[in-house]
Amino acid sequence: MALSRRDFLKSSAAASAAAAIGMSVPSEVQAAAEKANAGWRWDKAACRFCGTGCGIMLATKGGKIVAVKGDPAAPVNRGLNCIKGYFNAKIMYGADRLKQPLLRVGADGKFDKKGKFAPVSWERAFDEMEFHAKKALKQSGPEGVAVFASGQYTVMEGVAAQKMMKAGFRSNAIDPNARHCMASAVVGFYQTFGIDEPSGCYDDIELTDTIISWGANMAEMHPILWSRVTDRKLSDPKKVQVVNISTYKHRTSDLADMEIIFSPSTDLAMWNYVAREIVYNHPESIDWDFVKKHIIFASQPVNIGYGMRRSDEKSVKDGKYTKLEMETVSKEMSKIVSEKEGPALEAFGYKAGDNMVMKPAGLKHWEISFEEYKKFLDPYTVDYVAKISKGDPDEDIEVFKKKLKTLADLYIEKGRKVVSFWTMGMNQHTRGTWVNTLSYNVHFLLNKQAKPGNGAFSLTGQPSACGTAREVGTFCHRLPADMMVKNPKHRKICETAWKIPAGTLNPVGNQHIMKIHRDIEDGVVKFAWINVCNPYQDTASASHWIKAAREMDNFIVCSDGYPGISAKVSDLILPTAMIYEKWGAYGNAERRTQHWRQQVLPIGDSMSDTWQWVELSKRFTIKDLWGEQPLRGKNKDGTPKKLPNVIAEAKKMGYDENATMYDVLFAHERSKAYKVDMTKFPQKGYDNSECNGDSRNVVGSDGKVFKGYGFMIHEYLFEEYAEFGRGHAHDLAPFETYHKVRGLKWPVVDGKETQWRFNAKYDPYAKKETKESGNSHAFYGGLAKALSQGDLKGIKDKTKKSLKNKAKIFARPYMDPPEMPDENYPLWLCTGRVLEHWHSGTMTMRVPELYRAVPEALCYMHPADAKKIGVKRGELAWVDSRRGKVKARVETRGRNRPSRGLVFVPWFDEKVFINKVCLDATCPMSKQTDYKKCAVKVYKV
Amino acid sequence: MNNNNQKQKIKIEKISEGRRKFLNITKSVGIAVLGGFIWSAYVDEVKASSIVLRPPGALDEPDFLKTCIKCGMCVQACHFRDSNVMKNNDGDITGARPPTLKLAKPGDNLPIGTPFFIARDVPCFMCDDIPCVPVCPSGALDITKVSRKVEKEPEPVLDINMAKMGLAIVDTTNCIAFWGIQCDACYRACPILDKAITLEYKKNERTGKHAYLEPVVHSEFCTGCGLCELACVTDKPAIFVLPLEYALGKAGSHYIKGWDAKDEERLKNAHSETTTTKISEKSALDSLNNMDELEDLY
Repeated sequence: MALSRRDFLKSSAAASAAAAIGMSVPSEVQAAAEKANAGWRWDKAACRFCGTGCGIMLATKGGKIVAVKGDPAAPVNRGLNCIKGYFNAKIMYGADRLKQPLLRVGADGKFDKKGKFAPVSWERAFDEMEFHAKKALKQSGPEGVAVFASGQYTVMEGVAAQKMMKAGFRSNAIDPNARHCMASAVVGFYQTFGIDEPSGCYDDIELTDTIISWGANMAEMHPILWSRVTDRKLSDPKKVQVVNISTYKHRTSDLADMEIIFSPSTDLAMWNYVAREIVYNHPESIDWDFVKKHIIFASQPVNIGYGMRRSDEKSVKDGKYTKLEMETVSKEMSKIVSEKEGPALEAFGYKAGDNMVMKPAGLKHWEISFEEYKKFLDPYTVDYVAKISKGDPDEDIEVFKKKLKTLADLYIEKGRKVVSFWTMGMNQHTRGTWVNTLSYNVHFLLNKQAKPGNGAFSLTGQPSACGTAREVGTFCHRLPADMMVKNPKHRKICETAWKIPAGTLNPVGNQHIMKIHRDIEDGVVKFAWINVCNPYQDTASASHWIKAAREMDNFIVCSDGYPGISAKVSDLILPTAMIYEKWGAYGNAERRTQHWRQQVLPIGDSMSDTWQWVELSKRFTIKDLWGEQPLRGKNKDGTPKKLPNVIAEAKKMGYDENATMYDVLFAHERSKAYKVDMTKFPQKGYDNSECNGDSRNVVGSDGKVFKGYGFMIHEYLFEEYAEFGRGHAHDLAPFETYHKVRGLKWPVVDGKETQWRFNAKYDPYAKKETKESGNSHAFYGGLAKALSQGDLKGIKDKTKKSLKNKAKIFARPYMDPPEMPDENYPLWLCTGRVLEHWHSGTMTMRVPELYRAVPEALCYMHPADAKKIGVKRGELAWVDSRRGKVKARVETRGRNRPSRGLVFVPWFDEKVFINKVCLDATCPMSKQTDYKKCAVKVYKV
Repeated sequence: MNNNNQKQKIKIEKISEGRRKFLNITKSVGIAVLGGFIWSAYVDEVKASSIVLRPPGALDEPDFLKTCIKCGMCVQACHFRDSNVMKNNDGDITGARPPTLKLAKPGDNLPIGTPFFIARDVPCFMCDDIPCVPVCPSGALDITKVSRKVEKEPEPVLDINMAKMGLAIVDTTNCIAFWGIQCDACYRACPILDKAITLEYKKNERTGKHAYLEPVVHSEFCTGCGLCELACVTDKPAIFVLPLEYALGKAGSHYIKGWDAKDEERLKNAHSETTTTKISEKSALDSLNNMDELEDLY
C-alpha cells in the first residue's frame, strides 16, 4: 500500500497539473493523490461571498473543512482571495450553528406565535409547514404563500424552490434578495438589449485604457477585480486612467486619477451631460454607421412614482404609517416639481412648481426620433449639471466643472477604450433602471459597447444573483432563461418541459420582495418561507415588516445556518446545510457558471434547501393545489381573477389526483434516469446527503431515517433547467463538464465559452444573426423588441415596429428622489458594506478574526458635521429618520470620508440596525430598494 | 522633537522575526531572574518594562518611570471617556467598555501601578480630546508632546496625531497582503490612513493580471495607536506596535541627507571621535616594528 517517493511525486504532480488546465483526472490517480496528501483532500469550489466568483480549493480532514486556498487554476483570481474568501474554511463552524428544527410553542407543546423556541423533529416541522401553508392557501389563494428567495441559492436550490412554488403552489410570490441588489441592472438589460446580463467579461479590465466606476466601491466590494484594475493601472500608468464617481470619498479613490463627488441621484444628470457633450459639442465622435444599424431611441412616462405604498393600500388606510412617514410616502401619489429637476423635466411637459400626479406605468416605453433625443439632452449643460451635481459643498464649482469636462473627454477620446463599472450606487436608486440605461447611451453613441476593453458593465453583488436568481428565474415575474410568467408562450414552454397541465402556471407575477413584505402587513400573505437570506435585517423600513411578522396572524419559516434577525422574527426555524455541505453551483457577474461537490456532512441535523423543498413537496397532492384557485383583482370583464382547475387535464396526462408534487415535479422517470453511481466521477468519493442519506442517519420528514432519493437529483435539477437555455443564447455545458473545468462563461456553444456577447466576432448567436447584414453586432435579445412611435411626451402612433437585433438609447431625465434633506432631517444617509463583512454578517461576524477587525458598524461623517452637533469621534449618536432611529458610534477619520451633508452607515451589524432608518422607496420599474438615500438627523445620545 | 522624525518608510523584512525573538528572550530572562531572587518581583517587572506601550505624551521610558506617581488618573479618564461609555436610549450612562489603559499589576511584568496598553486587546482610539493626558498631575504624560500652537488660538491645541506611543511594524513574511490576498484590514483600520499606512501597488507577475496592495507604515505619521494590530486577521498579528526605541534604527550623524534640509537637525548630535578597528589597535610604531608580519609578505 505504501507509496514510493517516486510514485508520490508522480501522482501529486499529475493531479495538480491536471487541475491547472482543468482536465479530469482518472479516478485511480486522483485517489493516489489524495493518499499522498496524508489525510486531507483538496477539491475545488466557488467562494461563498460576492459576485466576483473566485475559485477556491478546500482541504477536508476528518469530515471537516480545515483549510482553503485560492485556486491557482481559476481564471478570475488565479489563486488569490480577499479576506472574506481567506476565511471560507471557518464560516460553517460558528459555535451557535442551528442543529435542530425549532418551533415557537406554548406550555402545551402546541404552536404558539407568542411562545418560545423549542426543538422539534423534522416530521413535526413539516407537519406545521403543511398545516400553515394549507391554511394560507385557503385564506388567500396562491398569493398567500410566499418565499423570500436568494441570490445565494445554489442553482439547484433555486430550481427546486421555483418548481414547487410556481408549478406546485401556483404562486409567483417567490422573489430573491437579489431584487435588492440587481433588479435595476436586469431591467436595464431587458430594456436595452432585450436579454439579461452583461455583454462583456472581466477580461475587459486587462484590455481597457479607462476604468470609470459609478457608484461602486470596488476596492472593498470586489477586491479581486480591484487588484486586476490596479494591475492594469500599473502596467501603463500614463495611458490608463481610473475615475471614481461616488457620493462620498471611499477607498476606490486611492488609485483613481480623478474623484468626482456628486449629490445623490444626480448621476443621471452627469450621464446625460456626457451624452450632451457627444451630441452637441463632439458630433464627429458619434459612430453613425453603428448607431443607424444597431440603435433606436426611446422615451417613457416620467410621473411613475417611487415604488412606495399608494394611498389606497390597506395598511396605509388602516393608519399603520405615521404622519411623519406619510410626508414622504405621499409623494407616491403626487408631488411638486422642484427647481432642481425643473429644467430636466421641461421637455416632458413639466416645469418647476407644477404638481406632478403619479401613475404606475410599468415598463412602458416607445420609440422616438434622434431629434427628440437631442432635444431632451439640451438642458444638461455643464453649468446646470455642475450646479445640481456637485456633492462636496467645500469644492469650487469651477474645479467640479473641469472634472465633468475631463470625464466627458475620456469617454469621447477617439481610440480610447473605456469600461464603466457600477454596482449598488446605480442599482439601489429610485431611478435605477433609468440610470442603468443611460450608461449604455454613452457607450452606444461612441460604439464603445460589447467590444474587448469597451463597455458598460454591471458588477454583481451576490455569488449567484446571476447564476440562480436571474438565470433560473427565482423572481416573481420570471421563468428560466429570460422567460416571463406573463407571456403565455413562455408558460407553455415551462409547462411542457415540467410535464404539468397547460394553465397550471400563474400568469400574474407581481409579488416582488417589497410587495411580499407589504402583503404580509396587509394580511394577504399568511405563510412565508425564508431561504438563504435575511429579509428582516436587509429590508428598509424594517420595523413595519418585523411588527407584521410578529404581531399578525401568519406563519414565518426561516431556513438558516445561524440565528440571525430573520430567525428570531420567525415562527419555525429549519437548520440548514451551508454551502460546502451540499452539491451546488453558482453563476458570477461575467456569466461564469461554477460547480462544486459536497465536501462534508452538514452540522447537526441540518439538511439543504433542496431537500427541504423536495420534502415539502411530498405533503401536497394534485388535488390539494391544482383545483380552481382565486387571485386578487378582477378581469377586464369584471369577473374575479382566478386560476383554472387543471386536475382533469392532469388526469388526462396520466397523473393520479392523489399523486404528490414530489411524484409530479421531482421523482419520475426523467429524474430517475440520473443515476447515483458512486464508482464514477464526479460522484465517486463524495458525500451526497440528498441522494444517499448519510452516516448521521437524520430522521426525516416522515419520522424515519432519511436514506436518500436514490437518483442524482442535483444533476437532474441542473440539466432540466439548463435545457431551457440551450439553443436560446443561454447555453450551459453538461453537468459533468463543470466538475472538470474552472467555470465557463455562457453561452457555451460547441464546448466554447463566450467572452463578448452581441459581437459577431465573438458570439456565435450574433454571428448567425449578422450573416446576411454583415453588421458588426446583433443585439438579439427578444424582450420588448416591437415599439409604438411617439415623441418625448407620449405615443403618437400605436403601430408596433420591430426592432430586431437592435438596442435602445433612452431619453431619461434627472429627477429628485422622494426624500431629500430638509430643515428637520438635514443629512443624506447612505448605507452599504465593508470589505470585512458579508451582507448581514451572519457568517462573517462569527469568524473571530473578522469580528475583531470590524466589530461594529460606525456612522461615518464629516468632522464639521460632527462638531456642529457636538459629538466627538467615537461617541454614540442617534441616526434618526422619519421611520426610526439607531445608535451608532461616530467616526470622522475612517475609511469612508463623506463631505459635509452626508453620513454613511454600513448594514452588516444587527446591533446597529440601520434598515429601521432607511426608506423602502424603490425604482418603480425594477422594484429595487434605494438604500443609498434618505434624510436623517444625527444627534448626541 | 519626536514628531520631527526624519521621513522614512519602515518595512522590515524577516528581520522583524528575529527582533521579536530577541524581545521574547529578554522577557524570559526576566522570568528566570524572578525565580532566582526572593524579593525580585519589583526589579523583574522593571527590567521587562521597556517593551511596553505607554499612553500618549509619555516621557521617554526612564524619565516616565521616575515621574509617574502611579495615581491611575489617566486610566480612569480613559475608561470613562465620552467615546467609551455606553448609554441607554435616554442618554444615561449605563457602563463603559474595557478601557485602553490599564494599571500594571503583579504578573504583568511591568513596574506595578504604571499605565500601559496592549494593542491587540484594546488599542488606543486616538480621542481628539486626549482625556488621559491633561489629567496627569506629575507631567509623566507631557501635554506639550501632544499639543501644538495654532494660529489665532491663545493656548496650544491638543493634537493626538502628534502622539508617539510606538511604531507599527509589518512582518512581510506573514502579512497576507504580501501573499497577494486583498486584505489591508490594517490600512482601513488606521485613523490616519493614507499617511501613517499607505498601500504600495506592485504587479503580481505570477498571476499576470492582479496587483499586490501592500501596507507600508510611515514612521513620520504613525502614532503607535495599535488599531492596525487589533484589526490584523492573522493568528498572531503580522502588523504590531513596538516602542520607538525597539522599532527604529538609527543612522550615524556623520552623514546628512543632501536632499533633505530637515536632516540637518541631526548635525546637532554630530561630533568627531577617534576610531579603532582591529587593524588600528596597536600604535603605529608598534605595528611598524613588528618584523614577524613583515616576513609574511615575502
